[in-house]
Amino acid sequence: MENQIILSPSPHLESGESTQRVMLDVIIAMVPACIATVFFFGMPAVIVMAACTIFCVAAEWACNKIMKQPTTICDYSAALTGLLLAFNLPPSAPIWMCFVGAIFAIPMAKVIFGGLGYNTFNPALVARTALLISFPAQMTDWRAPGGFVTSAADLKSMATPLGELGTSLMLTGKIPESFDLAAYFLGNQAGCVGAASSLALLLGAVYMFYRKVITWETPVSFIGAAMVLSGLLWMINPETNANPIFHLFTGGMILGAFFMATDMVTSPLSSKGMLIFGAGCGILTILIRVYASFPEGVAFAILLMNSAVPIIDRYTKPTVFGTSAQKA
Amino acid sequence: MESTKYDAKSFKGGLHPPDDFKHFTDKKAIEVCPLPEELIIPLSQHIGAPAKCLVKKGDEVKKGQVIAEPAGFVSLPIHASTSGTVKAVEMRLHPYGTDSMCVVIEPDGNDEWVDGLEGIDPEKATIDEIKAKISGAGVCGMGGAAFPTHVKLSPPDDKKIDKFLLNGVECEPFLTADHRLMLEQTDRMMDGIQLVKKVLGVDEACIGIEVNKPDAIDKCTEVGKSQGVKVTPLKLQYPQGCEKRLIDAETGREVPSGGLPMDVGVVVQNVGTVAAVSDAVREGKPFIERVVTISGAIVKEPKNLLVRIGTPMSFLIEQCGGLTEEAVKIIHGGPMMGNALPSLDAPVCRGTSGVLLFGKDMVRETKIGPCIRCGRCVSVCPVRLMPTTIYSAISYNEVEAAEEACANDCVECGCCGFVCPSNIPLVQAIRQAKNAIWAAKS
Repeated sequence: MENQIILSPSPHLESGESTQRVMLDVIIAMVPACIATVFFFGMPAVIVMAACTIFCVAAEWACNKIMKQPTTICDYSAALTGLLLAFNLPPSAPIWMCFVGAIFAIPMAKVIFGGLGYNTFNPALVARTALLISFPAQMTDWRAPGGFVTSAADLKSMATPLGELGTSLMLTGKIPESFDLAAYFLGNQAGCVGAASSLALLLGAVYMFYRKVITWETPVSFIGAAMVLSGLLWMINPETNANPIFHLFTGGMILGAFFMATDMVTSPLSSKGMLIFGAGCGILTILIRVYASFPEGVAFAILLMNSAVPIIDRYTKPTVFGTSAQKA
Repeated sequence: MESTKYDAKSFKGGLHPPDDFKHFTDKKAIEVCPLPEELIIPLSQHIGAPAKCLVKKGDEVKKGQVIAEPAGFVSLPIHASTSGTVKAVEMRLHPYGTDSMCVVIEPDGNDEWVDGLEGIDPEKATIDEIKAKISGAGVCGMGGAAFPTHVKLSPPDDKKIDKFLLNGVECEPFLTADHRLMLEQTDRMMDGIQLVKKVLGVDEACIGIEVNKPDAIDKCTEVGKSQGVKVTPLKLQYPQGCEKRLIDAETGREVPSGGLPMDVGVVVQNVGTVAAVSDAVREGKPFIERVVTISGAIVKEPKNLLVRIGTPMSFLIEQCGGLTEEAVKIIHGGPMMGNALPSLDAPVCRGTSGVLLFGKDMVRETKIGPCIRCGRCVSVCPVRLMPTTIYSAISYNEVEAAEEACANDCVECGCCGFVCPSNIPLVQAIRQAKNAIWAAKS
């Protein structure tokens, strides 16, 4: 009997949570948005999601093999990155672009930094941004929702709401007269594969809160800051600035706030840090949307804030119990 | 289980384990454990200097006889738990996991008390006389750290004590010894509280009890009403039984880093400890037995037993009807902070609150993964440390960085290790860091 007795240090209980489970939970949370996008964009969306996921997992496996390291694809983080990348591409994205995206996401943005846990920037967003700069035409080839179609050719071209806003401002100096906010909320708008339906994304977010995979700080401060800033601009001049609700349900705001900015690896550790990080993302998003040459700013905003995480962590270290009096 | 009946207090941080596993024994009345064939009494059962052995092989001893004397102020005498013959004075497995010098006694079965054990009348006695009775009986903290009680009751003159808190939290899963004691020996405990109040010169005492023990809260509230003893219901939050957390929850006072409760005018005693104080003062009875929870899903009949110090753990398991399957882990104390033991040969000592047996289903083979910076360890740390920072510092042998990250403030409660999804041995790393810091200084 004694041979089998395990001697290990305390604690002898554990939560039973695993990295694998955390990643899987995020993937599960993305299922409603996957269903919504198939409903709106049909097979092209399925192909982009499948291609990105498969290429990312394959890239991770290849990196493991080349570097003679244990296979890490079973932690689901590569699959998650793949699906997130797909969520950030237009449904018309050709398969080769998914492949190039996977190369940016896994070897370049993750493995080179040291693999899971060590990357500074969100891999899916690095890939999206690299693709946007490298292939601007394909990355802005937006399509109107067309139901369950078999190929992207069956989907009509259509500008995204943010794109329309920019065009209108350029042509008339004013924002369009009306927005169909309800349609945007449900997902009936041109946009990225996974970003369209705020409703579906929020359903997934509820699941992540329930599973405690994300905490409230980042999404609330992200959206809160974006709402406050866009609200101020709108109050100053409603003719040239869209209302905050428009900003909330268009582009990648919901996807970014709940699924991208909350990425544990590339966001701050402490609750105070997350609040600063989220607020930064929200403010930068609106500034880019309103004042920069790109219509959408979520990805840039998150990447910029990713680079600020080490310094945020440094200045938001919790005060160790029993030392507050000494510091004061 | 969480009761809304009470306006319960708590502290920031920590966690709420999904199952407290107390159902195995929380309804089981304390049973008296019979005499084993051999008692193994360690000479070091308390924080401080080990006691100096006064007996040798072949000596006859009586129950309650001093078999080892204290070696300094922060030390305690050790007593024989029954009458019999000293079989050996030798190295045996200590419940804390290492081999240690022990007096092995073969009981003669008569269980005969030594002459001259007498109590005093606390009404007439001086405070020093009461303290002498407490230290002479070998009373130490029964919550686990086993700090000599008379030392805690002797704060320096410049530390004014205005709060006396009783620790009835028992936040470790599985353990129910304190819970049963508060229920079944309320009067004995209340008497001990009065004695300690007298020694400290305070008028009021507060017992902190978590809301998963509503029967104990109600009983203590009722009995305490007429005696100036209040009960503070506390939310379920591990590690609330940790002294500094309890003080925070009950009074909002923050014990300074590296400081002691007396620095904020508080003395905390475990509920079992004050019961032992009552025996020591009124009857002169030494601390030779305590309540121990024997639990775990593989124990046939988990129990709360009144056990003599020195009783081998294997004997306790026999009293509980044995095991339903082979044990894979033996834990001395609670599952969060207790230590794993290589065998059941170790005895019960003064700091033993529980003996837990885990089968295969409770022990998962875990693979350590990379830190995904989820921040869960940071949010649960009751001391507000950054466990991962200390972990990475000590992995690169950067002792100074670990010290700067306040590794020495860690109470080793195990919350960070419990929640880590990557199974990183954070507590182990911090212990290692503490040792390295200590080694670098000396």
